[in-house]
Amino acid sequence: MKDLATSPAPVAAKGGLARLEALAPVLVLLIAGACLPLFDDSYLGVIGTRACIYWVLVSGLNLVVGFAGQIAIGWVALLTLGAYVTSVFTAGTAAPELSPYLALAIAGLFGAIFGVIVGLPALRLRTFYFAMTTLGFATIVTQVALAWKSVTGGGVGVPGPIFPWPFSSPWGFYFFCLGLALLCTWMTANIAASRVGRALVAIRDAEVAAEAVGISKPGLLVKVFLFSGAVAGVAGGLFASLQSYITPDAFTFDLSILFFIAILIGGRGSILGPLLGTIILTALPEFAAPLVAWSTFLYAVLLLIIVLAMPGGIAEVLDFKNRRPLERHREIRPRPELLGTPSNPDASRGVLTLKNVSLSFGGVRAIDDLALEIRAGEVHGLIGPNGSGKTTTLNVISGYYAPQQGQVLLSGRALRRRAPHTRAAQGIARTFQTPRLIGAASVLDNVMIGGSKDGRGTFVESLLALPRHRRDEAMLAQAAMTALSVVGLEQLAFARSDRLQHGELRFVEIARALMLRPSFLLLDEPAAGLSAEEIKRLGDLILTVSRQGTGVLLVEHHADLIFDICDRVTVLNLGRVLASGTPAEIRAHREVVNAYLGG
Amino acid sequence: MLVSIVSYGLALGAVYALIGITYNVMFTASRVFSFTAGVTGMLGGVLGALFIDRLGMPVIVGFVATLAAGAVLGIITEVLTVRPVLKSLDQHLYVLSTLAFALMIQQLTAIEWSTEPQPFPRLLPIGSGLFDQQFWLPMVACAVTIVGLEWLYRRTLIGRAFLAIAEDNYAARALGLPEQRLRIASYALAGVIGTLAGFTGAEMLLAYFGNGPLLNFYGFVPVALGGMGSNRGAVVGGLALGLFQQTANFMVGGIFASVAVFVVFIVVLLVRPEGLAGAATARRV
Repeated sequence: MKDLATSPAPVAAKGGLARLEALAPVLVLLIAGACLPLFDDSYLGVIGTRACIYWVLVSGLNLVVGFAGQIAIGWVALLTLGAYVTSVFTAGTAAPELSPYLALAIAGLFGAIFGVIVGLPALRLRTFYFAMTTLGFATIVTQVALAWKSVTGGGVGVPGPIFPWPFSSPWGFYFFCLGLALLCTWMTANIAASRVGRALVAIRDAEVAAEAVGISKPGLLVKVFLFSGAVAGVAGGLFASLQSYITPDAFTFDLSILFFIAILIGGRGSILGPLLGTIILTALPEFAAPLVAWSTFLYAVLLLIIVLAMPGGIAEVLDFKNRRPLERHREIRPRPELLGTPSNPDASRGVLTLKNVSLSFGGVRAIDDLALEIRAGEVHGLIGPNGSGKTTTLNVISGYYAPQQGQVLLSGRALRRRAPHTRAAQGIARTFQTPRLIGAASVLDNVMIGGSKDGRGTFVESLLALPRHRRDEAMLAQAAMTALSVVGLEQLAFARSDRLQHGELRFVEIARALMLRPSFLLLDEPAAGLSAEEIKRLGDLILTVSRQGTGVLLVEHHADLIFDICDRVTVLNLGRVLASGTPAEIRAHREVVNAYLGG
Repeated sequence: MLVSIVSYGLALGAVYALIGITYNVMFTASRVFSFTAGVTGMLGGVLGALFIDRLGMPVIVGFVATLAAGAVLGIITEVLTVRPVLKSLDQHLYVLSTLAFALMIQQLTAIEWSTEPQPFPRLLPIGSGLFDQQFWLPMVACAVTIVGLEWLYRRTLIGRAFLAIAEDNYAARALGLPEQRLRIASYALAGVIGTLAGFTGAEMLLAYFGNGPLLNFYGFVPVALGGMGSNRGAVVGGLALGLFQQTANFMVGGIFASVAVFVVFIVVLLVRPEGLAGAATARRV
């Protein structure tokens, strides 16, 4: 796919005008923010400062909640931590007095460390556990603050830090916070538009597929918790300065709820939405005085309504682009010729071998003593009645199941058991029986996720939009566009993928798999739901891919497709190999004809 | 001192265990962990104090009214926050919807009742000292609940239907079991158990709106450690947690007890995600 002799549709569409359109709302907010002192209302200034500080925290939390989909409800604990660390270090109750900037940096460090500690359970466990640990952490931090009197002053509290000129006046401090808020917006927007951001959303909405393209969830989440914790700690320091005096009472659980709900009201996977959510939730109770006592109650009601009625939040309401109708009578026309010269020329490729593999679920033998050999450059068909173990075989190869007996070998070397995220690096790509895509992301983004392991830039490089990050993005976008042209979907590249038809989704999955330039491609019923004409085109595409040196394992029910394009066919029945050979041999095999193909 | 650690610890542990069972009863019926578990516990205390102290009802009437309110609350939880999101269980929307509902109840309590802890009436005119009713009442409630649940699940037809749904929802529906009604019944039962925990524990914990999050966390710890859905695990884990907390409380002070519980919780979960007594997780592809 590196050969772009016949160049596909350009990746443009993200040119100057489009970028300005995306930036416009943030610019408007920034200008409005900069004009705030013109009102000359000091109370307004306090509200504005508070909104900026909250956003510093929420922007980081947004990556955890909105992008990675981890339900962190006790993030106020990190605000508390940051506030006390900054205050204690500037007040000198526990250590020599430090400059407020240094204390703020230390607060960020503490926040990062504790962000990871609180996040640890999220690396391995279901959502609810993580929600609980953040809740538990939130109750503990307040208790510690109350009890550790010698350092925190207990219920009496400690004075907050005061930043030196020019940030000592209220408006000066406001601009300091506004600047940090802007920095956070920029950094998280960079992350959102990077392979990190896409991978986070993939973990949220299509975890299984994320593993198949080589995304390691723990590694990614640790980085995000570090960042999110750090900005929360910094926000805490700013908060302490704004309060000028802090006691444990200042950090109610209601604040946590505000942060959390601002993100969900704003919409998951968006930066602008949660930003608006934060501003609205901070400002609203101030301008509707009778509501103050009821504010948390109303937030909760709002949360319930959002969850039940409009899970997309504000971001979805503002997403005008995806309401433009798509073309009605679409046809998928793959252009396999765009694959160009062999996609991975250095491949001597080798063989993927299953040796006497057995796997039972309870009393059911899903596969039983299965032997299979997939060679480079060949299409290997795997057929059999429902429940004969075809998909299970695929899942064993891609590492979701560990076989109880036998081995899966790649050119003679055993593949790691139960480690699906290692398969992409080995050049093994796959599609799923039910397409596993991120509905809320664009088709192009979905395909770019397939190339996650090819990115060279680090998390920090993405955060700061350094050159290597930009090169990664350009390279991935170009490769994804080519892959989309190959499967014939380039005209839908910028549509939300949940607006596509089922058959189209199957081709998007193939494009995503092609991003790996795989040595082996496992296709799970790619033809299901396609028209006869589309099946024929799919056959041509698969054949071209295999002729470039990729070994294809094709699980299918359409006998015509199998016999048209396969070099060899294995027939499974009740988890055992019933027959194996060339299509002609299989067609003549009496038992197969009786059991499966029909007279 | 030892006796007071044990009696106080076991009493607290019994309350945690009951909240754990509340989680479990809802979980087995719907695969949903609901944030309302702790809040029902909190309401058990608040409503008890409201009915008996403020409205002057006889103890037994107040008790029954509290449990009835718990049942109603359970039913509302099911209808409002669980049923609408059951179809997309994998998106974990239930975490948000039950959290929202729990917060609404908690805030309503804070506004309409009080944000300060209120005393809870003495229920029985007997017992004092280390064998005070505030210590043995929760334990009795816990014992009665666990025996009652065992009897329900093992000996009655409706209890077996509960288990069938917990085991295999689709198969149970295919057999013609009224899955939805059984789920509602489970939530009502969970509400009763939750308020029972709060009611019997309130002489110790007081009628305080802030008990909700606390009970949510400390009630969930035994469930997570003892294995999801296992009531025996919840009882053993709950009592152990209560004893551990009280011992640490006396030996090294309250905060360090909380920190210790938190650390143990995280470490155990990282080492054995399925809990100390739970089974490994099922397939997901």
